[in-house]
Amino acid sequence: MGATISRSGPHGPKIALAGAAVVLILAALPAFADRATLRLATEMAGYLTLAVMWNLLAGYAGVMSIGQQVFVGLGGYAFFVVAGLWGVPVFAALPLAGAFAAFIALPIALILFRLNGAYFAVATWVVAEIAALVIAQTYAVGGGAGMSLPTQVAKSLGNNDQRSALIWWLALALCCIAAGLAYLWMRSPRGLALMAMRDDEIAAAGLGVSTTRNRIMVYLIATFITGIAGAILFLVKLRISPSAAFDVNEWTASIIFIVVIGGLGYLEGPLLGVLLFFALRALLAGFGPWYLIALGALAIATMLFAPGGLWGLIHRRFGWEIFPVRRRVILTNGETP
Amino acid sequence: MTEFLNLLAQGATIGGLYALFAAGLSIVFGILRLVNLAHGDMIILGAFTGHVVATAMGLGFIPALIIAPLLMGAFGYALQRLLLNRLIGKDILPPLLVTFGLSMMIQNALLLVFTADTQKIALGGIETASVPLLPGVAVGSYALIVLAVAVVVIGGLHLLLMRTALGRTFRATADDAETARQLGVRTPHVFGLATALALAACGIAGVMLAVWTSFTPLAGSTRLLIAFEVIVIGGIGSIWGTLLGGILLGLAQAIGGWINPEWQMLAGHIAFLAVLVLMPGGLFAQGRR
Repeated sequence: MGATISRSGPHGPKIALAGAAVVLILAALPAFADRATLRLATEMAGYLTLAVMWNLLAGYAGVMSIGQQVFVGLGGYAFFVVAGLWGVPVFAALPLAGAFAAFIALPIALILFRLNGAYFAVATWVVAEIAALVIAQTYAVGGGAGMSLPTQVAKSLGNNDQRSALIWWLALALCCIAAGLAYLWMRSPRGLALMAMRDDEIAAAGLGVSTTRNRIMVYLIATFITGIAGAILFLVKLRISPSAAFDVNEWTASIIFIVVIGGLGYLEGPLLGVLLFFALRALLAGFGPWYLIALGALAIATMLFAPGGLWGLIHRRFGWEIFPVRRRVILTNGETP
Repeated sequence: MTEFLNLLAQGATIGGLYALFAAGLSIVFGILRLVNLAHGDMIILGAFTGHVVATAMGLGFIPALIIAPLLMGAFGYALQRLLLNRLIGKDILPPLLVTFGLSMMIQNALLLVFTADTQKIALGGIETASVPLLPGVAVGSYALIVLAVAVVVIGGLHLLLMRTALGRTFRATADDAETARQLGVRTPHVFGLATALALAACGIAGVMLAVWTSFTPLAGSTRLLIAFEVIVIGGIGSIWGTLLGGILLGLAQAIGGWINPEWQMLAGHIAFLAVLVLMPGGLFAQGRR
């Protein structure tokens, strides 16, 4: 009895085509959407990018960080310094901002990866606090008051409409890159190693998986993308300050909520989560504290009753997969075992 | 020189407060093996409970110091039995995420009830009184009281864990919950008691904090980080290490603040990182008894 290993389901090409169509429609958004809509879409794409990266870390690599705001903030600040103070063109400054975040992430990883799970999580938050305190006392970037992006940087991207469209395309492109990277990474042998580590670290190490090196690599990739996303999010705001840049609620709590509700450990999860998060925000933001109480309660309920989130429920019910990363054995007589 | 000695004395006494912050986190981690990300908000909840008893109901400080821990303990038991017990297991993510959600809920529930205004329990003359140690060197009377309370709480926890039947049950459950259960320990109840004890400690810490400084519903995350740094510096799993860690953190902040007033918090965080870098094995070994 023979068997082959398959990952993409029977609908692989159709899904890829539909995905490409959605991205094309989104790319055409500036043709029929006003600036406020574009701004919202850009923000959503930024959050989605952050969520995809957080999911890659927590859902696949087993790295639970509650200090990702440090890379959003450092990416934002690096961008303001490189583009704003040094006059580097925006398109070159964005990857530099990501590179700076990853550069800072390496020593952080080397120190903190010695800690096990929960301690790593809180220690990343301490690191974020350190970064916020240091930046708040760095007067070259405006100290606690922060700094604005010089108008010539904004003007280098054209008039208001052109700029909104350009930033939206950048955010959309980054989002696609992030999702593509996560997808391809998880389908590669490295991704398999990562999932093996998450499921049983000792057994994976026993089979020769270099757990720490794998984790550091995925951490650096995630921080690089997170840094660029931070740069784009603050390029939209045109202003940055330590309290906004290193805000744990904005850049970590919301992102965790998006991933948990959408489906931790499913590449489709963040997509669903970000739509739900922005819908809830639009509906409930007027209710002040009640809104955040509801978010907290929803996250807890999801963890308790549907740990796979919304996409986990859908996947179990219908078996749908947009980004198939699981391997399944198909027997040659056509039946799955 | 006397200025420096004064700073050290202040740093050492604030260590008592920090040790109180850390006591509850240490219990929960030591016995339940989970990190409670809502710990800082629990301390603030304790502070508000104390504030209601002491100020709004007008009963004063001592009743607050008794009633707040009792209420917090009851809340802790219920929370553990109804919610957190479902999450005890090998996977670290669910408890972290759930306590993170809990932190959001407590913060915003407090905001809803008490608004974002700063609150404080006033204690009159004793807040400003001080005790001379050396000529020109003095520590605040209230700071000494906090330090004494910290010694009593931590000493009490030590005796409870090491000398009582309940303590033995706690330690057995911490070492191997499954075996303890097979030997007849009602582990869900024991976990409930452990969290009750931890939140009672949060209640005491909160009331002591409420006199020390003014606070808002959002003041919890700073306290979580301090508590966490204290138990890492002092050595995870060591009850007396909590007191030592608190004092060391207080001293680091005092020295940082002496160099530059804005470096106070930063110096504490950096001391914590330095411990992580320089003594990663030494301080963590105790945790894996």
